[in-house]
Amino acid sequence: MKQDVDSILTVQGLTKRYAVTVLENVCFELRPGEIHGLLGANGAGKSTLCKIISGLVAPTAGSMSLASQMYSPSNKQTAESVGVQIVQQELNLIPTLSVAENLFLGRMPHVAGVILQQELQRRARVALERFGLDSIDPKMMVSRLGVGYQQMLEIAGALDRPCRVLILDEPTACLSAGETARLFERLTQLAQDGVGIIYISHRLDEVATICQRVTVLRDGRVVCTRDTHNLTTAMMVELMSGVNGEQCEASRSLTLEPCSDENVGAQHSASIQRIFSSSPLYSGEKGADHNISIRPPRPPLPETGRGGEEWLLGSSPIATELSDRPVLLKVEGLTRKGVVNDVSFELHAGERLGIAGLVGSGRTELLRLLFGADHADAGWIRLSPDFRERRMRHPSQAVRAGFAMVTEDRKQNGLLLSQSIRVNASLCSMRRRFSRWGWIRRQAEQKAVQEVCHSMDTRCTGIDQIVEKLSGGNQQKVAIAKWLIQDASIFLFDEPTRGIDVSARQRIYKLFESLAMQGKALVIVSSDLDELLATCDRTLVMSAGCISGVFERNEWSHEKIMQAAFAGYSGGMA
Amino acid sequence: MNSFRKYAGLVGVLGILVAVFSLSSKNFFQLATLISIANQIPDLTLVAVGMTLVLVVGGIDLSVGSVLALSSAVMGTFIVDFHWPLVASIPMAMLIGALCGLINGSISIGAKIPSFIVTLGMLEIARGATKTITNSQTKYIGSVIEPIGEPLPWLMLSPAFLVALGAVVLGELLLTRTVFGRYCIAIGTNAEAVRMSGIRAAPYSISVFVLCGLLCGLAGVTQAARLAAVDPNAAMGIELSAIAACVIGGTSLMGGRGSVISSFFGVLIIAVLQTGLAQLGVSDANKQIITGVVIILAVLMDALRSRFAINVHLSPKEL
Repeated sequence: MKQDVDSILTVQGLTKRYAVTVLENVCFELRPGEIHGLLGANGAGKSTLCKIISGLVAPTAGSMSLASQMYSPSNKQTAESVGVQIVQQELNLIPTLSVAENLFLGRMPHVAGVILQQELQRRARVALERFGLDSIDPKMMVSRLGVGYQQMLEIAGALDRPCRVLILDEPTACLSAGETARLFERLTQLAQDGVGIIYISHRLDEVATICQRVTVLRDGRVVCTRDTHNLTTAMMVELMSGVNGEQCEASRSLTLEPCSDENVGAQHSASIQRIFSSSPLYSGEKGADHNISIRPPRPPLPETGRGGEEWLLGSSPIATELSDRPVLLKVEGLTRKGVVNDVSFELHAGERLGIAGLVGSGRTELLRLLFGADHADAGWIRLSPDFRERRMRHPSQAVRAGFAMVTEDRKQNGLLLSQSIRVNASLCSMRRRFSRWGWIRRQAEQKAVQEVCHSMDTRCTGIDQIVEKLSGGNQQKVAIAKWLIQDASIFLFDEPTRGIDVSARQRIYKLFESLAMQGKALVIVSSDLDELLATCDRTLVMSAGCISGVFERNEWSHEKIMQAAFAGYSGGMA
Repeated sequence: MNSFRKYAGLVGVLGILVAVFSLSSKNFFQLATLISIANQIPDLTLVAVGMTLVLVVGGIDLSVGSVLALSSAVMGTFIVDFHWPLVASIPMAMLIGALCGLINGSISIGAKIPSFIVTLGMLEIARGATKTITNSQTKYIGSVIEPIGEPLPWLMLSPAFLVALGAVVLGELLLTRTVFGRYCIAIGTNAEAVRMSGIRAAPYSISVFVLCGLLCGLAGVTQAARLAAVDPNAAMGIELSAIAACVIGGTSLMGGRGSVISSFFGVLIIAVLQTGLAQLGVSDANKQIITGVVIILAVLMDALRSRFAINVHLSPKEL
């Protein structure tokens, strides 16, 4: 069988668009018996690609074939039935069921609906033994297992089904060294049996060890597919961060025949368009030394991508200017066990501090500690003017101290979706600005909300429109507007432009600008490096809960930031 | 304008019911009947106001009936056994109600236990306490309390009804015009978003339960006034009528949406239905069936209407 098909899974011209394009004409090929690494920074499209392959998400365009047969799974079940298994990053086990029940959920041995317990236990034991998990009792409740075992269990469950293609998304994130070794042993065995394995991991040294080939994704496009034996982890970082882009472009069209030249051309022009529309600085980066330096007078961000040249000049250090400014916030050794480890930094008035890092590196958690949404185990937050040692116990304390936080998931905890713009925008400042003796001052409220909506160019039918019915970008503007009305002094933004359109994004960048001018301090967490490079004065990089790099505006580059972002995971700098 | 449209559906349903009963029974559309309806509903109205507030913050209070009975029993004891004057005994009833609400709220909010369970417990406790206090016997209070429930000669409405009406107006103002009400709506919509806006939700949620208990205490007074006695088995099942009234009025059981005035319309619809059917000589069993059908129909209509409204709004954008 290996002879007649040299690839078990082929993906051609795969495109997925939501509000933005997340995958653009992706071509990818998986051979039987290979472990194929999928690399890319946050939002590069790895997860989306895997979700499409495993039938969880439908592609906008493109085709797939499995063992030379057309393959277009309509849901996860069809994908599983033809042997495509996925183990996702988040655990999909049901904690209140037993190990055996979880392993065989949906395919339990039964007679007329009555589960055959004996048979179930027996099969579960076989499945566990095959994976070297003999120590687990199949009758045990899953919630009593550690996270590492749960992860292993999930992989064991996937492997127990007929399996031709196995997709693993960050399988080792919570495994110990021993468990990882056992997993690798098993994966190598599977590969020898002819299973094609797609392996996603942030741990580049693992990828280098176990994968035969890697495909690198960037901004939803395939950068290249390479053999691992002539790749170092440093080179992988380079490929992901987009240095030497042209070189990769060339090597990709060599390795992947299915992509016609025409496609490459289309991709290229599309990529240029993306670059210009989303981030003007990207074009400058290809110029001098991959370094971006911006003159201190705060650059007005151009409405459109073009015409940005005049502020892409000079390299006078912004650091001197920043140190002249008063410090608003000192963070000292802030720690929350397991997520944020000994983080210290200072924040000046008028500074826009970016925080880069991979998803799960502790960026969001750091903001939550600052905002009092979670409690720190150690460390202090000192605020001007008195700089006394304190920790936030509740967001209300943080808000009183002048913090504002625009959360990552505005639907989950940023907005009251079923309420009006008015209710959302005035919520934080209700007591302070819009009430007298507990009664709402409706006129004042209306005036303030209308003003801020207008100044943010919020597209709405009026301030009584329900937020749920606004577009994502306008929802985000409302989520920000409530803190503008509150007039906070330190703004924490968590992925402020995620999933919103270009014009809203530009508006938000402009807002960063004007907030900084007013002497507010901004902390901006973003997975979009270009965004950080374009908007921030300084960037911290977090990796595995620690700060792994601090870059001033004139010394950063994609490559350096990416290297720092991976530093905590690959056991030392490459 | 806007506010009229908000209540148009409910007024319509009420109008239809009144029209149907007026046509099918000569006795219905008469001042005496309407007044008797008005004087029957203060208890349910007061409880429904409290229930609306609790539902808005995303909770539920099943103990309202028992708390009502307990408050009226306590008041009766003070009047009859301790010979307290009425003006001093009424606050005692309200105090007991508020205390029960405080216990409900503190436990369910403080220990993050669903209010359904905590108030279910309180339902049993308060009923048991009522029976202990009254020795499971109806306690006759006498003429001292009757004026509250009897129609004022110049208005033909009872003071109890006026108090209930006042509670509706104040409740609506509280919910729509005060910071407290705004926070309640926000908490019921998304408590986590409220927390992340820097607002401590717990004091507000607990206060709502206290307020609900207080209104139950007041309802205990109006009920005792109507009966001129304390009945240990009073107001059994009133929690379901109150929830039905709120739901008919469009209050969401998931929290974040509700209007006290709409709930009052819900109470009116239930009361008109009960009285009208009784006048037509419908048996108790059939009355129950019809009431159930009307509740489901009302909610169904509301659901369809709001779904339709959303579709109308979205379709041009989605094209």
